[in-house]
Amino acid sequence: MSVISETVDWLTDSTNWSGDDGIPHRLLEHLGYTAETIAIAAVIAIPLGLWIGHTGRFRSVAVAVTGALRALPTLGLLTLLALYLGIGLTAPLIALVVLAIPPLLAGAYAGVEAVDPQTVDAARSMGFTEWQILTRVEIPLGLAIIVGGVRSAVLQVVATVAVAAFVGPGGLGRYLIDGQAVSDYPQMAGGSVLVVVLALALDAVFAALQAFAAKDRPAARPVGV
Amino acid sequence: MTIRKLTAVFASVAIGLTLAACGGDPTEGDQSASDTITVGSAQFPENEILAEIYAQALEAEGVKVEKKLNIGAREVYIKALQNGEIDLVPEYSGNLLSYFDPDTTATSPEEIDEALDHALPDDLEVFDAAAAEDKDSLNVTKEFSEKNGVTSIADLAKIDGLKVGANPEFKERSYGVPGMEKVYGIKGVKFTAISDGGGPATLKALLDGKVDVADIYSTTPSIIQNDLVTLDDPKNLIAAQNVLPLIRDDKDSDKIEDILDKVSAALTTQDLLDLNAKNQGPDKAKPADLAKEWLQSKGLI
Repeated sequence: MSVISETVDWLTDSTNWSGDDGIPHRLLEHLGYTAETIAIAAVIAIPLGLWIGHTGRFRSVAVAVTGALRALPTLGLLTLLALYLGIGLTAPLIALVVLAIPPLLAGAYAGVEAVDPQTVDAARSMGFTEWQILTRVEIPLGLAIIVGGVRSAVLQVVATVAVAAFVGPGGLGRYLIDGQAVSDYPQMAGGSVLVVVLALALDAVFAALQAFAAKDRPAARPVGV
Repeated sequence: MTIRKLTAVFASVAIGLTLAACGGDPTEGDQSASDTITVGSAQFPENEILAEIYAQALEAEGVKVEKKLNIGAREVYIKALQNGEIDLVPEYSGNLLSYFDPDTTATSPEEIDEALDHALPDDLEVFDAAAAEDKDSLNVTKEFSEKNGVTSIADLAKIDGLKVGANPEFKERSYGVPGMEKVYGIKGVKFTAISDGGGPATLKALLDGKVDVADIYSTTPSIIQNDLVTLDDPKNLIAAQNVLPLIRDDKDSDKIEDILDKVSAALTTQDLLDLNAKNQGPDKAKPADLAKEWLQSKGLI
């Protein structure tokens, strides 16, 4: 039997769809870790990105630092962190937050920067405070790009959460790592298919959100984050 | 000469040249001279130390020895042994048996010893095994052992919700979670897969109390460095992995067998632990030096 048909068998085997090691549970874990990572990273990166975008301060620092962070291999960082923090979810969460920050930060400052300066000046001349300019002009107009940053971060994180399984936690990565340990290639391939499907589904959701955010806002079309 | 004959000559020359060009199986390598023993080793430090021990013990008795160490995984060095590139390699009994007989159920040293006799191909044989073993071993902290009165795997059956940390394959393999339940009646194990082969992350999980029991290779220095208690395995859940010399049949002689039997008789698991600790510790002692030191300490050279 070929690996493909064995993979289909694995994916359709009802025993793989129940229990703690079942696909629904692993899928939820995977989504949960992704959501936690994005939430933590967003709390850090989006306010910072908005501030950088609004004031124009530290922009070059932000570009350099996020560029450097993007180059950090997540698995290497995870291994290092796990030596200090031990097994469990903390080490993978930190490693994944580091992965998610650059696209979120870039999306936030790029979104604010993309707003036409004349529009901002017009708002200022009408007596808007800086806070009002940010929340009523820059964020609404730049929203599509900001959501684009979130979309990019979600895609990267959902595809990388699998590394968490190296140090104990669940998620779809379990199928990849447990499968490899016993040379169960259909299980590994099945796990990969699930990660890909999940990533594509989430990306489609965020693509729709992004389109919705861009609706009626011709001033701030996404320019590619 | 007719055309047909000419063609035949050309054809045979062409075939001859082709055969000559691929003559010599590339895996065949150089066979060592008949009076020389070429010692090989797998590609990890402990096996290299053992190979040095064999080599130096033989040399001390006047046997001509060559060394080809760090060859690779079992698939590679067994092949090298069978085609005569090497003549002798330190092996581990359980893994050697399952290499030649993947379906074996033998786990005790005696069963494995007997099964190996049948499983080995005619051109290979093994000498006496040492007491020294390098195998999966279940370890607990000293504190856990004292608090719960646990010194053997059998004692784990009385602990509810036992947390075990090991490589992911431990969950499926017969020596792992299924075996713990079947052989020792340990139920409801909470298993955590940590993919570092009993390395630092597994050790930390054990020391932090995130797991109660950790699977760590029995000759890993961290076991002694952290005062861990290695649990006894009275029912041989984990297959024995005694160190033993695997040799080509045509290089076997009473003299060589006698020398290596003396080495094996002296070698203990504690020795392997000490040797690995010195090799991997701060002084990073070289395998050759460690082998010499050990042979001298046992009065073998």
